[in-house]
Amino acid sequence: MEYMNKNIVEIHEALKTGKVSVKNLINESLLKSREVQEKCNAFVSILNDAKEVNITDNLLSGIPYGIKDNYSTKGILTTGSSNTLKDYVPFFNATVIDKLNECGAIGVNKTALDEFGMGGTGLSAHTGYIRNPWDAERMCAGSSSGSAAAVSSGVYPYALGSDTGDSIRKPAAYCGIVGYKPTYGMISRFGLFAYASSLDHCGVLTRCVDDAAIVVDAIKGKDSKDMTSWDSSNINLFKNINNEISNKKLCYIKEICDISFYPNPTDELRKHLSKFNEVIEKVKELGFEVVEESINQNLLNALPAVYDVISYAEATSNLSNLTGIIFGPRGEGNNINEIMKDYRTKGFSSLIKRRFVIGSYVLQKENQEKYFVNAQRVRRLLVNEWKKIFETYSAVILPVSSGPAKYIDKSKNIISEGTKVLEEHLQIGDFGGFPSITIPSGYVDNLPVGINITCDIFNDELVLQIAKKIEGKLGLKNIIAGEVR
Amino acid sequence: MALKAVIGLEMHCELKSNSKVFSSSKNSYEKDANVNISAIDLAFPGVLPVLNKECVRKSLMMSIALNCSLPEYIYFDRKNYYYPDLPKGYQITQSHDPVGVDGEVIIECNKEERKIKIHDIHLEEDTASLDHVFDSSFIDYNRAGVPLLELVTEPCIYSADEAVAFLEHIKRIYQYCDISDADSKKGQIRCDVNVSMMEEDAKELGTRVEVKNINSFSSVYDAIVYEINRQSELINSGRGDEIVQETRRFDEESGTTKRMRSKEDAIDYKYFVEPNIPKYKVSKEWVEEISSCIPELPLDRKKRYIKEYGLSDYDANIIIKEKDYADYFEKCISLGMDAKESANWIIVNILAYINKLDIGINDLFITPEKLKVIIDAKKKGAISSKQAKEIFVKVIEDKKDPIEYIKDNSQISDKEELIKIIDDILLKSESQIEAYKAGRSNLFDYFVGQVMKNTRGKANPVMTKEILNEKLNG
Repeated sequence: MEYMNKNIVEIHEALKTGKVSVKNLINESLLKSREVQEKCNAFVSILNDAKEVNITDNLLSGIPYGIKDNYSTKGILTTGSSNTLKDYVPFFNATVIDKLNECGAIGVNKTALDEFGMGGTGLSAHTGYIRNPWDAERMCAGSSSGSAAAVSSGVYPYALGSDTGDSIRKPAAYCGIVGYKPTYGMISRFGLFAYASSLDHCGVLTRCVDDAAIVVDAIKGKDSKDMTSWDSSNINLFKNINNEISNKKLCYIKEICDISFYPNPTDELRKHLSKFNEVIEKVKELGFEVVEESINQNLLNALPAVYDVISYAEATSNLSNLTGIIFGPRGEGNNINEIMKDYRTKGFSSLIKRRFVIGSYVLQKENQEKYFVNAQRVRRLLVNEWKKIFETYSAVILPVSSGPAKYIDKSKNIISEGTKVLEEHLQIGDFGGFPSITIPSGYVDNLPVGINITCDIFNDELVLQIAKKIEGKLGLKNIIAGEVR
Repeated sequence: MALKAVIGLEMHCELKSNSKVFSSSKNSYEKDANVNISAIDLAFPGVLPVLNKECVRKSLMMSIALNCSLPEYIYFDRKNYYYPDLPKGYQITQSHDPVGVDGEVIIECNKEERKIKIHDIHLEEDTASLDHVFDSSFIDYNRAGVPLLELVTEPCIYSADEAVAFLEHIKRIYQYCDISDADSKKGQIRCDVNVSMMEEDAKELGTRVEVKNINSFSSVYDAIVYEINRQSELINSGRGDEIVQETRRFDEESGTTKRMRSKEDAIDYKYFVEPNIPKYKVSKEWVEEISSCIPELPLDRKKRYIKEYGLSDYDANIIIKEKDYADYFEKCISLGMDAKESANWIIVNILAYINKLDIGINDLFITPEKLKVIIDAKKKGAISSKQAKEIFVKVIEDKKDPIEYIKDNSQISDKEELIKIIDDILLKSESQIEAYKAGRSNLFDYFVGQVMKNTRGKANPVMTKEILNEKLNG
């Protein structure tokens, strides 16, 4: 009997009634980890010495989970999937890890990511490409690639992720699972390796909306170590997840969802967007009013550039602590500048270096107003645009990406023209700190695709309530990746 | 041609606080390296700054004391550069909206009042300290993250005297408000000096030269004098174009300044708003509460002491040098003691004594109350001036109440005086001396009794016996 493919409540019941022991769960999870490592290269480390705990009434006690390798774990290698920290063993836990430890949750592996969360493909980890469990020739997207691959493979019911652009919500869609990032600051970022602080969110990848609620209930809360965290003790995600919600109006954005905005759409894109339309019809059957809204296309088109400028600028500053002086392998050289330069040159992948160069460029005195400050202005305009939408609508519902998971080999991908915004629009959720969740919405060419639901800040209960309703209607939950190839 | 110097100052001062400005590590001066450190101070991956409100409060207090405009919100900026003393690769500071701008302060220089304009004052974190030994460098992170206030003046200072008077004045304000110990011996104050020369009636400032990282006020003085001379000589010999905008450092040993880098090599710090510290509203109530905690400042006190108590300018200057002195003085006044006499005691006896022992006035055993007992006794004639000073020292050394010594001093304890009395008695007691020397040893008590009778019991009995013993048996 397997348990790691079940949801949290089911596993908890099995533990409580003695159908399975914690030890068995750990063994099953470790065994699966090794299988998935073989197939997907999803982990930086597998924690073979994971310790048993006593089962309590806490839903998470005794249940294995995965930790994205940009969460600081005391005494356990934490690399951020970067050569710069390939041997770094922290001496403190991220707040999230402490909280899960208190619940009795059992971390069984550290999942690979795009180096320090940058990339969005799962192809820039220092341990190599992370492959999609549905099709090993395809990517998981990123940066929470290893977490997504593992959860969808049934290694455990949930794994931690982090989301700066769409790093939880896009891999979730590519792997046919749920990815949820709550309102900015609801979960403490203490101990999460910084990428772009004003955009970084902690969150979780699961196979059903209930589990996302349960896990975030456990890890949220004001933390004296993170000044941007806030008190959410009046928010009870799981308890209120089935609350009746009626008369809710949702909207989608015409400029993103309408096939007529794409000059030469591929077959895949047609299928993907028509799938989305089918979902919208089903959502309407639930009693939701769903309306098409329009947003200035110039503003929308600015979105990816705004993300690049702000996130690269913050990243270049945030990662300046990596000099190889206090931690990380010491570089070689005749003076301190050579030593730091050598360490950084050898340690970072070319993708990150490129981002640092751009980030520095846009922050330079003579460029800052033109690029960085303007990007912040446009960020505000975009957020205000969504805020305006939230005055009328409870949530925005949109398709994730331009189709299912892309091939790792770039040459095999046929990308439709003008899909940049369709690919990147989830970034708005990070711009505004909005609670945002991706759930599976069906299949295109036998590969999973997803939809995203985003609400105004602090409406985390609402976003999960809506997601749960739609999940029930679509009947797509607890999906375990089935190899298509 | 007549040249004048135009000087601007930057003064960095470490704040007094329990913990560092963005971490819970202790903020204290330590002899041992790397004892006050944490993951945050060393910028380990994943850490976040947590702002110390007490530091913000003290910064606002200084800002108010210098008559600055306060910001609506407190927030911070990152100043990005790589240096081994900067663990994060950026310093959290305030560049867009400092804790104070456009202030002014009246100082006294050579007995004249001068108004110095403050460009801004901002709160930031200190860096680690580096120690270079042979071919190695050692990093001590104790100082990394210590709260630092940087005060920047307008270029409105015209001499080295004025610069030092200003720095002394600001240092005193820091101490009076208990914002900082402002102890340059502990490296709590560091200054940068900008010097430019211009013709007396010119409208535009000359080329500015910055001298960085000066650790004492006397070095500030020397650096300014050196720069004025250096630049004047260049101008006067027609080589004014050799003065370039650059950063120099002061070499204490040679008393000269040396080039560090030119303007072209200036670092672009790529300032941007620190995203991990949310904006913090400076409420009116908070500002009022902080204002109410600012004590009367030194120059105001000095003026009052001269006006109300008739102190000399010289005495008043010494009394206000430290807040504790001034508070001690005011306590004396409040006890009804004479102002001039109190000031005199503080300046002549107390300060000499505490300076010798290198202790603070509040560490002294003699409180204003105890001092009053001594001075009152002297006034009543119970003790002489000389005795008063002796008692002052004895009280401190024995840590006893002065009243005990004053009682003792109503006895005759002056050896010479006693010898005189005893000699008189012995002169009239020839027969008794003979008898004593012949063996009637109990006659010793007779002599003691005679001394007591003669002094009406005031003679110090121990000393009396000692002297008698010497005279009779010696």
